[in-house]
Amino acid sequence: MTVDEWLRYAAEDARRRQRPELVPRLAALAEATRRLRGASWNRETVPPAPPSDTREEP
Amino acid sequence: MTTSWCDQPLHRLSAAIRTGEAAVREVVDAALERIRACDGTLNAFTRVLDETARADADAAAREIAAGRYRGPLHGVPVSVKDLIDVAGVPTTAASRVPRGAPPDADAPVVARLRAAGAIAIGKCNLHEFAFGTTGEDSAFGPARHPLDPGRSPGGSSSGSAVSVAAGMAWASVGTDTGGSIRIPAAACGLVGLKPTFGEVPCDGVVPLAPSLDHVGPLARCVADARLVFRVLRGADPARPAARDPVTRRLGCPRPFFLDRVDAEVRATFEQATGRLRDAGWDVRDAPVRHAEDTPAVCLHLLLPEAAAAHAHGLERHADRYCPDVRLRLELGRYVTAEDYVRAQRGRAVLAAAVDAALAGLDALVLPALAMPAPRLGAGTVDIDGRPEPLRPLMLRLTQLFNATGHPAVSIPCGLTGGGLPCGLQLVGWRHRTDHLLDVAEACEAALSG
Repeated sequence: MTVDEWLRYAAEDARRRQRPELVPRLAALAEATRRLRGASWNRETVPPAPPSDTREEP
Repeated sequence: MTTSWCDQPLHRLSAAIRTGEAAVREVVDAALERIRACDGTLNAFTRVLDETARADADAAAREIAAGRYRGPLHGVPVSVKDLIDVAGVPTTAASRVPRGAPPDADAPVVARLRAAGAIAIGKCNLHEFAFGTTGEDSAFGPARHPLDPGRSPGGSSSGSAVSVAAGMAWASVGTDTGGSIRIPAAACGLVGLKPTFGEVPCDGVVPLAPSLDHVGPLARCVADARLVFRVLRGADPARPAARDPVTRRLGCPRPFFLDRVDAEVRATFEQATGRLRDAGWDVRDAPVRHAEDTPAVCLHLLLPEAAAAHAHGLERHADRYCPDVRLRLELGRYVTAEDYVRAQRGRAVLAAAVDAALAGLDALVLPALAMPAPRLGAGTVDIDGRPEPLRPLMLRLTQLFNATGHPAVSIPCGLTGGGLPCGLQLVGWRHRTDHLLDVAEACEAALSG
């Protein structure tokens, strides 16, 4: 789930719970989450896909 | 007996009690008189334990007279943050959220203080559940700064700091999850020690974030903080810990930590490090890699742990919390498990970075609090002409060491032009808190010389 998706779901949930005061705080938290996920030591290392001509048939 | 003992450091009072120069009952009565005179304004205490304190004083006096002196805290009045259990006394956490019957037993840290002969004079006001840096959100109203009641003494151990700074107790036991001992110590001109993580037990203490929570002392000088710390830790006084020599090498992690600091606090800090250099200290640059990631890492550790600790309270008594504390607790419920795990990875990276910065040094040196004691009600503070949100700025210089577990102490290092105290923070090697206190005591001597 991307941070934008998370923020959208979380804000909807806060409004549904009658807690709209949380929405600006969630937006601030989303900024911190972007920072966390974007930290150089914390970027997911996804192995690159092999070239198409070397892929094995399923 | 006058109240003059109220303004003396603990170790001097202790020596006077041992020799009979000071009578324990008179010392306790003087502290209670000081509380009566000052606390209507300062609001440091949620409960004054006057009856038990007097009874404990008489018992201590009898023991000392009979030759059963227990040590340097015997007969010394200390205060306890009202987040820590004292048997038979409600632990309120400065909240309206009900917390059940008073505890049957003292928290281990309180039991250790009592075993050492200390006298619990009262329980201290705090930011509700220790979840804030100013002390303003409290069911008892805010504790107020002794030098200017219009200002916050810092928090969350706000009442603890005020009780010691105003001469109502000779030391206090506080808790520190992001800076809650060091911040009020800096704001009030005291020494505040956050030990190495796990060194002092947190049992019997209302948790905020168990992987960040620490218990430690606030006192008027390093020697006093050391006396209390050793009792809290449970060290055997007959076998003092082996000490490494102080090499007088300090490292200042300027990037991030000095980027957003009030101009007067920065000037006071630079003057203090200059005086250390003049006294022969080697103060060099020692940046902490990835320090800029500290707020994001700490937030993603603190929020979900606090939400978990308060899950029961939020489900049953949400409307009893102070509104701002409730909002932060509810926010923690939205942090995903994967981001909490990322933050744990960040904690390990930052701990290694602090260790690397400490290589070849006694300690890191940096300000403890980026601004002087803020005005009550302020939401922002001006830094270089720009308004900065108060709460993250108050945590900025301290919270890293809660995440990494390194011991850290704030000592006074001077005053602003307006006469408000500034704190110098020293950060030592994990599990070498005694060495950190040696360094702090040597710095304290150099700065006061």
